[in-house]
Amino acid sequence: MSAAPSRTLDLDAVLADRSTRIIVCCGAGGVGKTTTAAALGLRAAEEGRTVVVLTIDPARRLAQSMGLSELDNSPRRVKGVDESRGGSLDAMMLDMKRTFDDVVFAHATPDRAQMIMENPFYQSLSSSFSGTQEYMAMEKLGQLRAEDRWDLIVVDTPPSRSALDFLDAPKRLGSFLDGRFIRVLMGTAKTGGRAYLKVVGAGLNAMTSVLTKVLGGQVLKDLQAFIAALDTMFGGFRERADATYQLLQARGTSFVVVAAPERDALREASYFVERLGEERMPLSGLVLNRVHASGATGLSADRAAAGSETLDESRSHPLAAGILRLHAERMRLIEREQSLRGRFTAAHPRVPVVDVAAQPGDVHDLAGLRLVGESLAGA
Amino acid sequence: MASRESDWEGVRLHVVTGKGGTGKTTVAAALALALAGEGRRTLLVEVENRQGIAQLFDSPPLPYEERKVSVGPGGGDVFALAIDPEEALLEYLEMFYRLGRAGRGLRRIGAIDFATTIAPGMRDVLLTGKVYEAARRRKGTEPVYDAVVLDAPPTGRITRFLGVNEEVAGLARVGPIRGQADSIMSLLRSPMTAVHIVTLLEEMPVQETADGVTELAKAGLPVGGIVVNAVRVPLLKQAELTAAAKGRLDRAELAEGLAAAGVKVRDPGVDALLVEAAEHAARVALEKSQRRAVKTLQRPTYDLPLLTGGVDLGALYQLAEHLCRQGMA
Repeated sequence: MSAAPSRTLDLDAVLADRSTRIIVCCGAGGVGKTTTAAALGLRAAEEGRTVVVLTIDPARRLAQSMGLSELDNSPRRVKGVDESRGGSLDAMMLDMKRTFDDVVFAHATPDRAQMIMENPFYQSLSSSFSGTQEYMAMEKLGQLRAEDRWDLIVVDTPPSRSALDFLDAPKRLGSFLDGRFIRVLMGTAKTGGRAYLKVVGAGLNAMTSVLTKVLGGQVLKDLQAFIAALDTMFGGFRERADATYQLLQARGTSFVVVAAPERDALREASYFVERLGEERMPLSGLVLNRVHASGATGLSADRAAAGSETLDESRSHPLAAGILRLHAERMRLIEREQSLRGRFTAAHPRVPVVDVAAQPGDVHDLAGLRLVGESLAGA
Repeated sequence: MASRESDWEGVRLHVVTGKGGTGKTTVAAALALALAGEGRRTLLVEVENRQGIAQLFDSPPLPYEERKVSVGPGGGDVFALAIDPEEALLEYLEMFYRLGRAGRGLRRIGAIDFATTIAPGMRDVLLTGKVYEAARRRKGTEPVYDAVVLDAPPTGRITRFLGVNEEVAGLARVGPIRGQADSIMSLLRSPMTAVHIVTLLEEMPVQETADGVTELAKAGLPVGGIVVNAVRVPLLKQAELTAAAKGRLDRAELAEGLAAAGVKVRDPGVDALLVEAAEHAARVALEKSQRRAVKTLQRPTYDLPLLTGGVDLGALYQLAEHLCRQGMA
């Protein structure tokens, strides 16, 4: 095996550090991110911490392993956790629409909230459009943190590159709210009730006629009504986005990037590491799942393959021939994984890494999660 | 490959989805190659801003422009396009409204930025709109592309992604946007579209495939084939696998065989090899049970072998041949 990275990620230290209050797991889809989040939560709880795990769309069996059968947007106590050290584990799945509704009700008067709920734009925005999920996951994180019932929150993020879109939310909302587009939109909205009309100039009129042409009169009217109804909430939105951003940057937050030793997954991991660095987000390190190992690394792929050929030629010992072929394949896989890993650590020498061994099957229960937790801790 | 009937005659838009990590992009690229038979043109499209196609074909990052990236094993041309939502919107405005300077005006006031980044869902509208345009584009009476292959978002998002225009149609009851949304939905629901799902023989991807098939069918979207990726060849005989799974392989026989092969293995090594055999047996058993689960879905199924060396252009051609031979293209 090639050179080990300069540093090993010590997740037990991260979990044991009482000042760690939030752990955010991010990475490409299909690398075991949700399982990692759940296993970290369980391990922390059994070490004595009061933990809540927020998952986004977990695989059914993983959800079942934590006793989650429904999406009800509120944390539930996970049964079967060893609470002898005074800890506990709650888990929940994100319900995007209910989270959004809660925000609206929290910021708008009941009449206004009702108007928003009935607007067709709101209904689409809150329930079916993708992209809302990322924002709502962060909103929920803010809520959980504000409740202060847990001393550790472990968050799973949606399985796409846009998982980090929430980092842009404050900037985007800001430029939108201060931008001219909203003024143009509101310029023709007689329902807005604000004096946007004052700023309407000839150029803006031209823009509105373009918008009418593209969107059609009815869509534009619905959109304007929607923006007008949300108007009083925008300030609140921006404040929350800013607060979440600061919360993520603060001491006590720890980002864990999850990957598997495959080209695409590691490329995504590099992207996440770089992006988090740009935003000065506190990165703990990389969890590398599904790493293969062998107890017989002394026997190289080439020698094993040559040995199996020798046996094939002499038509003897088919069992040993088969096992040697198997071992040759395993060693080649290990070589390839190590070289991909080496490329990552060369590009990011200061990012600590922990390897988690490949499991033959999926996790079905707490015992399985506990084993993953042990691997994560390097035990 | 020349003009033999494939299982998907008449399909013009091949949507390739699958759980993350199953090799969606690789399969989409292999399918685009496979469909590029003699005298045919295929377009491979990516929408997730990852430049995965460029990586696979070992080319510089793709601009928002259709570029020839390869020639299929059948001699046809393979083009590729990475769709950028912002460019797609400007292009759309230009094409349908001839906006010219006004379009740039929209960008200046932040409307373009709003539409492509803040307004959730607009991205998907623009991406599907561009795919629709490419699939329907004609030069004279002939379609420009014989097939468009879309490296689509993962299974968990695919129904929402493809159904986004229905959502739009719900918002815009009349007008130009409504018309566009309706045409896109009718292409996506027609027999000219097939949504293929890539899976591995592992529990979670197979479960997601089953969920995907159900969801797509419920949304009225045409489910295509299932591509089983990274299929392993068992390296031990059935009797050996059974023994290995139970930890009953003959250790003495193995040690003797290793000696006969001239392979020196120090002591814990022999046991380590037995562990590897047991793990292999567990894996083969798991794949077998997952294979049964895939069968119950009753969709045309195509196998692609595991490539331990990783995927390069040569490997892509190999995979394309596999797909042709099994009738996917």
